[in-house]
Amino acid sequence: MIQADINTIYIVVARELIKFFRDRGRFIATMARPLIWLFLVGGGMSRIVSTAMGIPYIQFIFPGIIGMTILFSSIFSSISVIWDKEFGFMKEMLAAPVSRFSIVVGKALSGTAVSVIQAFMIVLLFPLLGLKLSLIQIMQTIGVSMLLAFCLSSLGILIASFYDSFESFSVIMNFIVMPMFFLSGAMYPVQSLPHVLGIFTKINPFTYGIDALKHTVLPGYVLTTHDFPLGLDIAVISFTSIFFVIIAGNVFERKK
Amino acid sequence: MSLPIIKVKNLTKKFGSATAVDDISFTVAKGSIFGFLGPNGAGKTTTINILCTLLSPTSGSAIIDGHHCVEESSEVRKKIGIVFQDNTLDKELTAYENLLFHSYLYCVPRAVRRKKIDEALHFVNLHERKDDPVKKFSGGMKRRLEVARSLIHQPKILFLDEPTLGLDPQSRTNLWEFISRLPEEQGVTIFMTTHYMEEAEICGEISIIDKGKIIASGSPDDLKKMVGGDVIYLKTRDNSSSLRDIRTLLHLDAEERGEEIFIQVSGNSDACIPTLISALSGRVVAVRMQRPALNDVFLKLTGKDIRPEFISGNNEIKDAIRSYRRKFDK
Repeated sequence: MIQADINTIYIVVARELIKFFRDRGRFIATMARPLIWLFLVGGGMSRIVSTAMGIPYIQFIFPGIIGMTILFSSIFSSISVIWDKEFGFMKEMLAAPVSRFSIVVGKALSGTAVSVIQAFMIVLLFPLLGLKLSLIQIMQTIGVSMLLAFCLSSLGILIASFYDSFESFSVIMNFIVMPMFFLSGAMYPVQSLPHVLGIFTKINPFTYGIDALKHTVLPGYVLTTHDFPLGLDIAVISFTSIFFVIIAGNVFERKK
Repeated sequence: MSLPIIKVKNLTKKFGSATAVDDISFTVAKGSIFGFLGPNGAGKTTTINILCTLLSPTSGSAIIDGHHCVEESSEVRKKIGIVFQDNTLDKELTAYENLLFHSYLYCVPRAVRRKKIDEALHFVNLHERKDDPVKKFSGGMKRRLEVARSLIHQPKILFLDEPTLGLDPQSRTNLWEFISRLPEEQGVTIFMTTHYMEEAEICGEISIIDKGKIIASGSPDDLKKMVGGDVIYLKTRDNSSSLRDIRTLLHLDAEERGEEIFIQVSGNSDACIPTLISALSGRVVAVRMQRPALNDVFLKLTGKDIRPEFISGNNEIKDAIRSYRRKFDK
């Protein structure tokens, strides 16, 4: 039984990675978004936003851009579950003698792998922004990225498990992904938000991911840029990951 | 009849107030080709989905090779191979990768994985194309690849749900020729559905289903006997004397229809034709014979054609509309 689960997880991840490396167009498209935000938005805003936090704006949003790469990439890859349903491949998996749970975990891990590869490439841009990251810091950042990517991929699968077709895609983008991004402290400190929106930032798991990335990328500015302790960030991300995976596994298990 | 490998008893499936499958019972003999025939929406796919453990029945039981479809679903899954009505290949992956994925899901041992995949690809004549992405394959090739995939884990039963849907006539013929070889060459029992009556001719046993109920079962020949035997049309030099001779000398049911004599034969007409010709010594100008088709069986049982669209004669367009509808019904 264990062997069957390991086999399933392995081949589900392998399939996703094969497709990821084969499809260069998708790779370029997903890398373009963070680059545009970092250099066109961040670069432009740096000129008008004062450096009250003690660092240039483009450096301030760097953890946010790493987080953005992970957010979009994770949600997009796990939404491939909807493609699989639409094009029938999901039936091949659901009819096999494997647990639904291993399919969900496999999908979450493939989203994680794809996201972390992309996040790593963004992290390597740090010298262009005038930042100095130590090897330890880079490794810590990748570690946090993995955790965050797993959490968001699981969330993506959970969302995808409720939809059978792609018509609802823009709904997911506009009402889940974009608000999650803006209400996370990725682009501005969340303390400055009105109270009501502040509540949303606190229930948004992505906020804790961004906060953790700020800890690892900008450790020198803890007082000005952070909202929570790193331990709390990690705990929240880990807890919500488990929560999402279990719920998604159960939703998949449902039989009509 | 050898031992039944599928046993279905009083199976019922309701979706809300609609009854898709209504108290059906049947058995399928090991090593046979069993056909489930009926029009669209008759409950064929619902039955397959229950047997494949993808749906739970509302009531009744289904046992596959000694395992109960609900309680022992994972045992059942290991014993069956499925070719679904809609294509379920990953079109971005190559043929080989699709089969590799399957071999992992079904825990084919590492040592024989490669060998099994190669064998399967050879078996369906796709070995030269194994590294091509599936999106470059024709409809017939994709179907064959799906059959190959479903055989990799050596299932005891192969489920084929409308396997020829959307294929051109030539690939359709090829696929049937190929499927009919499977029980002998691969040792599998085949459970297939179709709404093309003529395709069910390769089946050893057929159940006809309409509106969720089985309305007739038997071998294709048994079923055809239900609508009477063959029909012979004769053209003669002198119809009235011929008609009299047929009735008095051969004791056959005959009548004049237009310029031809119409004779209803009970059972097979092959032996009857020479007798007729010699009895009517020299008067016969032309003979033609018609065998009842399975479609006539359905027509007789339900009073309607199994494929109303067949009358209008434009199948490809109808099929396209149907698959389009299917997409949006989901």
